[in-house]
Amino acid sequence: MMDENEIIEERIKSDYKWGFTTDIENDTVPKGLNEDTVRLISQKKEEPEWMLEWRLEAYRHWLTMTEPKWPHVNYPDIDFQDAYYYAAPKQQKKLDSLDEVDPKLLETFDKLGISIAEQKRLTGVAVDAVMDSVSVATTFKKELAEKGIIFCSFSEAIREHPDLVRKYMGSVVPQTDNFYAALNSAVFTDGSFCYIPEGVRCPMELSTYFRINAANTGQFERTLIVAEPGSYVSYLEGCTAPMRDENQLHAAVVEIIAHKDAEVKYSTVQNWYPGDENGKGGIYNFVTKRGLCAGENAKISWTQVETGSAITWKYPSVVLQGDNSVGEFYSVALTNNFQQADTGTKMIHVGKNTRSTIISKGISAGRSNNSYRGLVKVVKGASNARNFSQCDSLLIGDRCGAHTFPYLEIADSSAKVEHEATTSKIGEDQLFYCNQRGLDTEAAIGIIVNGYCKEVFRELPMEFAVEAQKLLAISLEGSVG
Amino acid sequence: MSKLDGKLAAAKDLFLKKYETFESGLNGSYNAPFNETRKSALNAFSNVGLPSNRLEDWKYTNISPLLKHDYKLSATARNLTADDLSKFLFEGLENNLMVFVNGRFNKSLSNYTVAEAGVVVDNLRHQVDSGSDVVKDHLSRHAGFEEEGFVALNTAFAHDGVFVSVPDNTEVAEPIHVLYISDSADGEFFAAPRNLIVAGKNSKVAVVESYHALRGSDHAYLNNVVTEIVAEENANVEHIKIQDEDRQAYHICRSQSHIKRDSKVTQINIDMGGRLVRNDLNMEMSDQNCEAELIGLYMGTGRQHIDNHTFIDHAMPHCLSTELYKGILGGKAQGVFNGKVMVRQDAQKTNAYQTNQALLLTDDAVINSKPELEIYADDVKCSHGATVGQLDEEALFYLRSRGIPRDKAHSLLQYAFASDVLGYIGLDNVREQLEARVVERFHTL
Repeated sequence: MMDENEIIEERIKSDYKWGFTTDIENDTVPKGLNEDTVRLISQKKEEPEWMLEWRLEAYRHWLTMTEPKWPHVNYPDIDFQDAYYYAAPKQQKKLDSLDEVDPKLLETFDKLGISIAEQKRLTGVAVDAVMDSVSVATTFKKELAEKGIIFCSFSEAIREHPDLVRKYMGSVVPQTDNFYAALNSAVFTDGSFCYIPEGVRCPMELSTYFRINAANTGQFERTLIVAEPGSYVSYLEGCTAPMRDENQLHAAVVEIIAHKDAEVKYSTVQNWYPGDENGKGGIYNFVTKRGLCAGENAKISWTQVETGSAITWKYPSVVLQGDNSVGEFYSVALTNNFQQADTGTKMIHVGKNTRSTIISKGISAGRSNNSYRGLVKVVKGASNARNFSQCDSLLIGDRCGAHTFPYLEIADSSAKVEHEATTSKIGEDQLFYCNQRGLDTEAAIGIIVNGYCKEVFRELPMEFAVEAQKLLAISLEGSVG
Repeated sequence: MSKLDGKLAAAKDLFLKKYETFESGLNGSYNAPFNETRKSALNAFSNVGLPSNRLEDWKYTNISPLLKHDYKLSATARNLTADDLSKFLFEGLENNLMVFVNGRFNKSLSNYTVAEAGVVVDNLRHQVDSGSDVVKDHLSRHAGFEEEGFVALNTAFAHDGVFVSVPDNTEVAEPIHVLYISDSADGEFFAAPRNLIVAGKNSKVAVVESYHALRGSDHAYLNNVVTEIVAEENANVEHIKIQDEDRQAYHICRSQSHIKRDSKVTQINIDMGGRLVRNDLNMEMSDQNCEAELIGLYMGTGRQHIDNHTFIDHAMPHCLSTELYKGILGGKAQGVFNGKVMVRQDAQKTNAYQTNQALLLTDDAVINSKPELEIYADDVKCSHGATVGQLDEEALFYLRSRGIPRDKAHSLLQYAFASDVLGYIGLDNVREQLEARVVERFHTL
């Protein structure tokens, strides 16, 4: 009989299932980053003058900043001059129907299981498919337009709705916020823009698929969601990326503004290429996500399932400015092989009677390191703030690490803050129970881990929950014995 | 260079300049081998300097108030009589007393008779000068100074402190009381108390260390303490520290426990006084089946700043650590708690439990709490919990509806909150007297 560790080692060798690339001609800007690169990107995107100024401001500030070194992750220094900052699929023509789309692109989506035709016909989900930074197709736009909802690519929003973009862009995550947010502000290529007018409940789940396709291209996405008073939207973001040997930098920015009585639900399934089983390659995922509950009774909820990326560095946050506003964070982060994740959330309580909930489930396997880092801050005068945090870690194998770094900064005496964390491994009695009922160990682990993550999965929209469970199973495949 | 950096550098230079005077005052100790250690510590201090709040470990504590004084290296205290000390003593421990005034050993006020054969209770300086083997084996072997400015500063300027050495198979029946009295009537001063407690195999000892100030001391002073505790196999050490310094005083303390196989160290830390207080309490579980208890209570009011950092290093399997820290903060007090538990890869079957709770009594009080777990082994049970809140309104109502006045109800509830910390004190008479002092303190919060 193999010893437990051997079984673990052997099973850990599960491959990345979505690794493939599509040969599409790329229109790239030469490697390197300077003011000319920024100007060139802006020019290629046919942007107005104010946008270029905004980018340059961010770039100039970025030059004065240094890379943050505090996360609990290790990686070789990034040479920011050795990356492409812009790559767009050659075909730039506006399309009205799927027939006009490059069949190769369509094939890629088929492989991903997100065939637009299929999606359109079966699920009723509007898909704004982003491939290497440029939107290639948008569906259900008409239906959304009837309700006054704007859901389009970021570059389109800059052209069509400059007033909204100027008003809200950078209002939650300023250009100067942090090193990667500044970099993104300078060179972002595209992303999504979503605007829900007052009192409108978005009739469908909005989703965008991101995908890195060109080798050596940093992907700088920018998402902006504005929910006017009394509106509701559920936004999905999911991604898979092809196999790559060299590390790819991904520094996205997501901003959410929820006005009075508005609710925004943001769900992510992240499965960027995590590197091979020796820790070679993989995406560096340094993301800034932040929501602002600007008005009374606003609610922002982040749900994330993180299984990919070589390095994840991500803290979706909520600033609870409006009285009675609510922030939620549900997260499952799974690391395997040599993956490193330093992820968590920030809940900043500013208004009165604000509430936040944090549920974080970390699973580490292989030789990976998985850290929860979270901040709960209650400023003076934020009376009756309430927070509950629970961070559980599950260790699979004896070569991995699970860490918890919660920060609680409380400056109001009426605040009630609770934090709980546990670390353990899967109980032998639980495994025995399943084995005894005829389930093999792998299936048993799958069931136990899915049960362990249930609290988070049930926050996901149905289609996503199914995908997330599959992803978890694939990522865990072979990691346990 | 920021403003703080400038101040830190200036303070560092001031200390470096004073070293020569200090060294010439060492007289006989100058030739002791420990002097070499002093020199490397001074060297380390000149490299590392004093910590700025840009360091993650000092994020919530800005030491700049401490920097604005020109401290004397030795300050004359008023003539003390036994009566002056009476209020700081514990009933039953009067005959096991070691007294230090402004960091200097005071033989005439001390009163220690050793009952058990082989037990040495002495002032450290005497042991250093006489070339003790225990000093050679343990002093500055556990609390590393290479990267920590305050430890380096203490090691370079260490003048005196308590030395306790318990031989194998010996149980010290009476707890030892070490009393540090500060009197700054003579001016601002700096003291570097340095303690060494070594418990041999199968031994047991309890040490109560308390820091007090004489009333009417109107100058600031800085106590920079380092305590090293060694528990040899199957030893049991209980260390209680009571910090009730003057409200203008700075108290920076580092303690390092080295725990060997089957032994247990309990460290109870009560903070009541001080303007700016920082404790770094480290426990190193260097072998199997060890147990560590880190228990603390801090009470702050006015503009007090109390920072407790704990670090439990589980390096070996089958160890248990329990940590409980509670804070009550009123006025504009600031509290910091940072509890780190590290479980290394070999430390399978580790159980580590940590709880920290804080009560905020006023809207100006602030607590920054950061419990950390860093775990590299899979077969472990680790948990931490942190809460911040206020006195339960319903419990208050319950008490008041039974005719208990508001103030009294408040103290009762605070007492209930604090009592499980004090419950960890195994020495009955110390616990009872300390409880009374703590309750008295509630009225000032």
